[in-house]
Amino acid sequence: MTDQKNNYLLDVTDLNSFYGKAQILFDMTLRINRGEVVVLLGRNGAGKTTTFKSIMGIVKPRSGKVRFKNKEIQSLPPFKTCGLGLGYVPEDRRVFSRLTILENLEVGRQPARQGRPAWTAERLFELFPNLAERRHQNGGNLSGGEQQMLTIARTLMGNPEMIILDEPSEGLAPVIVDQLAATLLKLKNEKVSILLAEQNLSFAKRVCDRAYLVYQGTVCHESTLAELDNDQYEKYCSL
Amino acid sequence: MGFYIVQTLTGLSDASSLFLVACGLSLIFGVSRIVNMAHGSFYMVGAYLAYFFIDKLPQGPFHFWIGILLSALAVGLIGMIVEVFLLRRLYHAPELFILFATFGIVLIIQDLSRWLFGAEDILGQQAPGLSSSINIMGSYIPQYDIALIIIAPLILLGLWLLLTKTRWGILVRAATEDREMTDALGVNQTWLFTSVFFLGSFLAGLGGAVQLPKGGADLLMDLNIIATAFVIVVVGGMGSIPGAYLAAVIIGELNAFGILVFPQSTLVLMFLVMAVVLIIRPYGLLGKEEAPEHDNAPAPESIIRPASRRLKTAGAVFLAVILALPAVANTFQLVLITEIALFALACMSLYFIMGPGGMVSFGHAAYFGGGAYFAALMVHYLHTPMELTLFLAPLLTGCLALIIGWFCVQLSGVYLAMLTLAFAQICWSIVFQWGAVTGGDDGLLSIWPSAWASNKIIFYYLAMTLCIGGILILRHFIFTPFGYTLRACRDSALRVDSIGINLKRHQWFAFSIAGIFAGLAGGLYVFLKGSIFPDEMAISRSFDFLFMVLLGGVNSLFGPIAGSAAFTWLHDTISRINLWQLILGSIFIVLVVAFPQGIAGSIGSRLNKYFRDPA
Ligand SMILES: Nc1ncnc2c1ncn2[C@@H]1O[C@H](COP(=O)(O)OP(=O)(O)OP(=O)(O)O)[C@@H](O)[C@H]1O
Ligand SMILES: [Mg+2]
Repeated sequence: MTDQKNNYLLDVTDLNSFYGKAQILFDMTLRINRGEVVVLLGRNGAGKTTTFKSIMGIVKPRSGKVRFKNKEIQSLPPFKTCGLGLGYVPEDRRVFSRLTILENLEVGRQPARQGRPAWTAERLFELFPNLAERRHQNGGNLSGGEQQMLTIARTLMGNPEMIILDEPSEGLAPVIVDQLAATLLKLKNEKVSILLAEQNLSFAKRVCDRAYLVYQGTVCHESTLAELDNDQYEKYCSL
Repeated sequence: MGFYIVQTLTGLSDASSLFLVACGLSLIFGVSRIVNMAHGSFYMVGAYLAYFFIDKLPQGPFHFWIGILLSALAVGLIGMIVEVFLLRRLYHAPELFILFATFGIVLIIQDLSRWLFGAEDILGQQAPGLSSSINIMGSYIPQYDIALIIIAPLILLGLWLLLTKTRWGILVRAATEDREMTDALGVNQTWLFTSVFFLGSFLAGLGGAVQLPKGGADLLMDLNIIATAFVIVVVGGMGSIPGAYLAAVIIGELNAFGILVFPQSTLVLMFLVMAVVLIIRPYGLLGKEEAPEHDNAPAPESIIRPASRRLKTAGAVFLAVILALPAVANTFQLVLITEIALFALACMSLYFIMGPGGMVSFGHAAYFGGGAYFAALMVHYLHTPMELTLFLAPLLTGCLALIIGWFCVQLSGVYLAMLTLAFAQICWSIVFQWGAVTGGDDGLLSIWPSAWASNKIIFYYLAMTLCIGGILILRHFIFTPFGYTLRACRDSALRVDSIGINLKRHQWFAFSIAGIFAGLAGGLYVFLKGSIFPDEMAISRSFDFLFMVLLGGVNSLFGPIAGSAAFTWLHDTISRINLWQLILGSIFIVLVVAFPQGIAGSIGSRLNKYFRDPA
């Protein structure tokens, strides 16, 4: 089973990850098709961020497989994973506060991928007009919403085929969340696959096709968002 | 008037090579988080190599400058080799181990330089066309000094362009701020680190090379410059290149004018400036508060538990052996064992601030040597009896630690460590340079115990009692509420602060306690040896202590004892061999690569099960 090729863009199988001696992920399994937008829903501490870090190689999973475009990537360092076309936007944003917006984008820049136009700073400024005016400002001086836009833009500079977004709507004003939803839908139109973690269900429903409910480090339920069973959601995700 | 102008210009020209060294150190630290102790050695090698190249190159209008450039490039290459073959393996090891590896390199380079270039100080060649002096209102300044004054701002400008206008520079700054995120954005940092190491080492080599016509080359350059470079980096603000220049100018001017006021020790002035800057701007003149590190926190040290019953039994056996030893050991062995006990106490005091306190001191010799000098000075000038001396010397050392500690606890982590080293170097320079009072290089002699304790066996018991008592008291502190708070401060400074505990005061107090006990060890040391020399305060002594603690493992209380025994034995064995520093340095490196937990730590994790009480 583990060796067979398949058509998933990202295929995570039986991932077990630890922090020191504490096991956080238990046989985490998820699959994302090309072009899909998939969300992980789960309480605080469910293991969503750890799943993402394990996929990226920031946390080394102790066992299990991660395949991206049919390549095993679980033992690759983050920069190689990124080089294959998997972009990551962490939950705490982490813009480079002493670099200007343009410089932040430059750090993320990678060569274009075949068959797609490369993202440039100018194209991204069309997508995120707020950033355009502040291009020479330091990342540290941006508002939370602007920082979120910048991290997404920065990741897009790597021309990813898929991006992983960790709680992008967290801490943003409703208007900005709307903008963000619109942006993600635009990205979906550009054929970028998206995997995100969310606690904001209505936001997820607006942009995502499918959901995994994560509870205590493993997936307990999987469904399309349109058919998401409210009882299951209440059981695993509400506080 | 002319004199003051010339003096100002001299200060500026001195600042140039200081700046080159400090900004290289700062760059390397920025991206790799490595405090490269070998940076001073690179500076020294730069000077020696420049001498060699200029000597060998065919004479011509440019041979001098080509020689300087070649030497800087060669040093850059050496730095690259060190990074690729050694440091790269250690990026995931604890900071301290990396530091040790780099100190190993210091020792190796020290011996290699002695072997290759000889122990004699070398007088540098003059730059062709710049060997005369310029008359400024009746005072003279060498033309070469003017050249130096021009070089530094040019390099500053070049570095600024490199860091802001090139992709490489942007990546370096990104990695300086957040390595993990830079990695996740697809930047392969392996080559980035290597290239930064090349540039940093190149600058150090250049710094050494350009000062050749002024200062020549000698074997003391490495550690002398590293302390100054630390001060510059701390004063200027870590990671700030313009800050490094500003601080270098301040220190350069201070040396130029300080010598007129305080001929004994310009380092004292350096201390004052540093103190003032740190009070006003704890992150340095142009430094910014450190962004919080995002790297996954290192695994917390294993929890120190009160001794189990089995461990107590083992302790009792150990004690019995110590009591019985004089019956079988000869005087020489007794003295050696006493020495081990003294070092163990000093190590324990270092461990006390390092382990539970989380404050790494690179300058613990200041307190050991401080206690020793206080004792020696009291006996020498006031003829105090041993008993009173052994009581007062630790207290005075405690006061010294109180003063130094106040500044140090304003900072944390590597900054704190650099500061401790700088202070220790200042203490050393006072002792070394103030010959009229301290005897300078000749030390103070004939300081013997009171009559009743002059017998080696009796002194052995006396020292053992005080040392074991001291170790047990320090150990006891770790298990008091004070000790627990201290550990809480180390583990989560923010949280401790938010529940209203005064973190700095706890750390300050711990620092002073450590000073007292290190001072006690130092006081006893004087009476054991009968004399004291500035070496006991030097940087290498501080590193001996650190090494003993690391050798024994940072995670165990037995560590400092095991470490000092192992080190003293090792030192005693190899110090008779030629090139022993080279061997010691290699041992440092091999140990760090092979046993990242320390010796007692590695053995300890295997032996642990035998010392646990059965459940
Ligand atoms: N660096 C770490 N060291 C130790 N434990 C950690 C670390 N990071 C996270 N954990 C633990 O791992 C578990 C899962 O954390 P994770 O960050 O993956 O959750 P999450 O689902 O992303 O939660 P949130 O919605 O709050 O972001 C939590 O119990 C957390 O306490
Ligand atoms: Mg999370």
